Amino acid sequence: MWNRETLAAQWAGWTDRVERVMAVVRPYRHRLALFLAVVGPGLIVSNVDNDAGGIYTYAQSGAKYGNAVLWSLIPMTIALYVSLEMCSRMGAVTGKGLSDLIREEFGFRVTFVLMALILVVNLGNVMAEFTGVFWASEVFGISRFISVPLAGLLVWALVVAGTAKAVERIFLTVCVVYFSYVISAFLAKPEWLIALMHLLPPQLMQHVPGVQRQWIDVPPFNAGYMVILAGLVGTTIAPWQHFYLQAAVVEKRVGPRQYPATRNDVLIGSISCMVIVFFIIVCTSYTLHTSGIRDIDNAGTAALALKPLAGKWATALFALGLLNASLFAASILPLSTSYVVCEAMGFESGIDRKFGEAKIFYALYTALIALGVVFVLFLGRFAQTILLWSQVLNGFLLPVVMIFVLILVNRRDLMGEKVNPKGFNWVAWISTVAMIGLTLIVAYSSIRELLTHPSS
Amino acid sequence: MLYATELMGAKTYDSQGNYVGKIKEFFIEPADQPNRIAHYLLGRGRFQPLVARHDQVASVAPGTMRLNVNERLLAPYEPNEAWLAVQKDLLDQQIIDTSGRKVVRVNDVDLAEQRTNGNVELRVTQVDVGLPGAVRRLFQGVAPQKFIRKMQEQLPPSSIRWEFVNLVEPDPLRRVKLRITHEKLEDLHPADLADIMEELSAAERQGIIASLDEETAAAVLGELDARLTTQIVEKLDPEKAADILEEMAPDAAADLLADLPKETSEELLEEMPGQEAQEVRELLEYDPSTAGGMMNTDFVFVGEGATREEVLKWMREQELNLDQLDTIVLLDKAAQFSGTVPVARLLLADSEQTLSELKMEPLLSLPPDANDKEVFEIFDKYNLRMLTIVDEDSRPMGTITVDDVVSKLLK
Repeated sequence: MWNRETLAAQWAGWTDRVERVMAVVRPYRHRLALFLAVVGPGLIVSNVDNDAGGIYTYAQSGAKYGNAVLWSLIPMTIALYVSLEMCSRMGAVTGKGLSDLIREEFGFRVTFVLMALILVVNLGNVMAEFTGVFWASEVFGISRFISVPLAGLLVWALVVAGTAKAVERIFLTVCVVYFSYVISAFLAKPEWLIALMHLLPPQLMQHVPGVQRQWIDVPPFNAGYMVILAGLVGTTIAPWQHFYLQAAVVEKRVGPRQYPATRNDVLIGSISCMVIVFFIIVCTSYTLHTSGIRDIDNAGTAALALKPLAGKWATALFALGLLNASLFAASILPLSTSYVVCEAMGFESGIDRKFGEAKIFYALYTALIALGVVFVLFLGRFAQTILLWSQVLNGFLLPVVMIFVLILVNRRDLMGEKVNPKGFNWVAWISTVAMIGLTLIVAYSSIRELLTHPSS
Repeated sequence: MLYATELMGAKTYDSQGNYVGKIKEFFIEPADQPNRIAHYLLGRGRFQPLVARHDQVASVAPGTMRLNVNERLLAPYEPNEAWLAVQKDLLDQQIIDTSGRKVVRVNDVDLAEQRTNGNVELRVTQVDVGLPGAVRRLFQGVAPQKFIRKMQEQLPPSSIRWEFVNLVEPDPLRRVKLRITHEKLEDLHPADLADIMEELSAAERQGIIASLDEETAAAVLGELDARLTTQIVEKLDPEKAADILEEMAPDAAADLLADLPKETSEELLEEMPGQEAQEVRELLEYDPSTAGGMMNTDFVFVGEGATREEVLKWMREQELNLDQLDTIVLLDKAAQFSGTVPVARLLLADSEQTLSELKMEPLLSLPPDANDKEVFEIFDKYNLRMLTIVDEDSRPMGTITVDDVVSKLLK
C-alpha cells in the first residue's frame, strides 16, 4: 500500500532520476537557450500568414483546381524566403527596423504616407482576422456576439498584461495547432504520391517516363486560374511581415554572428508555412474538388463542406485551425502595426513600456482591435467584401514595400559587405516583378467583382 | 523663431536683387562655432550649386533669403566632412538627449536670428522632437504657411536644447572632424547609458564605446544585455578590449569572455596583464550556474588579529575598488577563512578593537561547486550582503555579493 515511507522513497527515486537527466542536459542548456533566443520571429511571421484570408484562398484554390495549383508552392516558398531574408539581414546588419531605415533615408513625408497606408491596410487585415473568428465560432454554433468580443478581449489582454517574452512563447506554442490541417488532410485519404508529383510543374511531369497522363492535372492558364494564383501570392507574402520580422530581429539583438541561426529560422518558417498550405490544398482538393464541389463561399463553408466526406472530426479540426489562425494573426497584427507606426513617427513604443510612457502606442493598439471587433459585430454581412479589399490593398502595398526593401538592402553605405549578392538580387527583382504582375491581376479582378456585386 | 523646415527651399537673392537659387541645406561648422549655421547650400537646378557664408546673409524669412554680396562672390560647393548638415545629419536621425537620458528622433531644428550691422546669423537653439515639428514636416509646401503655424500652436511642444543634444556618428574620423565628444555621456549613470545604447544600432553603439574612457566603457558593458556586450567586444580592437576588460570586475569579465568564441577570448586574455588574466582564467573554469561561476576574486582580506586602526590605515594606503569594499574577509594564522566584518561595524568600532571581536556570527561559506540555488537560499536565510567562497582547505577564493545574486535571479 501507499504509505508515507514508500511515497518518500518513490519521490527520492524520482528526484534522483531527474537530477541524473539534468546532469546530462545542463552542459547543453546554454547552447539550447541561445538557439531558442534567436529562433522564433521567422517561424512566427510566416505562420501567422496562414490566417483567415489565407485559409479561404487555399481552400478555394484546392476546391477549384485541385492538384493543379500545387506546383506554385515551390516558387512561392522561394519568393517568401528571399523577401523575408533580406529584411532579417538588414535588421542584423544595421540594427534598425525597416520603418526606422525608411524614415532616415527617405524623410518624414514619405514615411508618414507609407505608415498611413500600413495603418489602413492592416486595419483591413485585422477585420479579416476577426471575421475568421466569427466563421469558426459559427461552425461550433456559438453566436458572434459572444465569440468575437471575447476573442478581442483575449488578444488585447494577452499583450497588455503579459510581458513580451511570455506572449511570444504563447504564440509559438499555439503554432502546434497547425498540425490539425495535417490531420484533416490525412483523414481525407488523398493519393499522396500523385499529390507530391504535382509539386513540379505539371507540363514537365507529363513527360517524365513512367508517369501516366491521367494522373496529372494540367492547369488551365485562364483568367480565373491566374486570379487564384495571385490570391495565393497575395495572402502568403504580406507587407506587414517585413516590418515585423526586421523589428523582431533588431529586438532580439541578432548580430552578424547570430545571423546564420536567424536565416535558418526564416528558411524553416518559409518552408513550414508552405507545408501547411500544401496540406490544406491537398485536403480540399481530395474532398471537394474530386467530388465536384468547385466553389467555396467562405472558410466556414469549407469546414462544413468537409463534414459528409471526412466525418465530423475533420470539420471540428478545420474550424479549430481556423480559429487558431485568426487569433494568432489578430494578436500579432495590431501589435506589430502600432509598433512599426510609432517607431517610424518617433513615439515611445513597445509592450515593455508602461501605459503612461507609451500612450499613443497603446491607444493605436487598442483602437485596431476595437475597430476590428466592432466591424465584425455590426457589419458582418460585408465580411467578404472586406476580405477581398484587404487582399487588394495588401497587394498594392506589397510592391511598394518590396521596392523600398530592395533599394535599402543594396545600399553599400548601410549594408557594407552584406548587400544582396548579384544572383540573389535577380531572384528578388524577378519575384517582385512577378508579384506586381499578379497583384495587378488580382486587383483588377477584385475591383471588377466589387463593382459588379457591391453588396456581396 | 525660425524653423529649418520653413527655410528649406527658400528663394535666395543677391545684393543686386538677382535670383541666385534655393536653399538646399544648412551646414554647421562645429570646429568653428558649435551652433551657428556657417554655410548655406544654394541649389541652382542644372548649374553648379553655390555656398553662401554666414557673413554674406542680409536677411532670412520663410520663403526668402537675401544676401549682402553679389552672386559672383559666392564660392562653388564642395562637400566637406567637417560640416554638419542639418537636413542629412540631423533631420529624421536619432540623437541622444543627455538631459532626458533617452534616444529621440529629430523632426525639425529651431533657429534663432542674431542681427549684427547688416548681417543676420542663424543659431540652432533646439531640436524639435514633438508633434509641431512633425506637422511642419508633413505640410510644408503643400498647405498655406498660416494654416501650418496655426495648427502647430494647438499641439504640445516637445524640444531639446541644443546643449543637451548628443549626436551619434558611427564613423570615427567624421566624429573627430565634427568635434563630437561623449563627455556628456560619461557623466550619465552607466545604467542609463546602457539603456540608451540598447536603442541604437550596432555601429552607433560601437562608436560610443570606442570613444568612452576605459573605466566608463567597462561600467557600461557591465550593465548591457549579455549578447550586446559580446557583439561589441568582438568588434573592438583587441588591445582596447583588453584594456576595458581589465577595468571590469574579474567575475563580469569572465562572464563576458565565456560568451565569446574560444579564439577571441584567448586572444583577449593574452593581451591582458598576467595577474588579471590569471584571475579571469580561474573564474572561467567554473560553470556559470555554480557559486564559483558567480564569485568575484577581487576582495579585501586582512588577518583577524589586526585592530581597527591598523586596518583603516592599511586600507587608505591601498588602491581599493570601492564597490567591493562592503565586507572584509578575515583570515586566521593558518591563512584559513575565519569570518567576515561588514564595513559598517568597523565604522562604529573602537580604534583598538581587533577584527576578530567584530566578526559576524555564524561563520558562513560555500565551496565553489555549490549550485546557485544553495547560494540563493543562504543569502535569503541569513539576509546576507556578501558570502565567502572557500576551497577544500578552507582558504577564501572569492566572494559573492548581493548584486551578483540579484542579476543571476533576474536572468
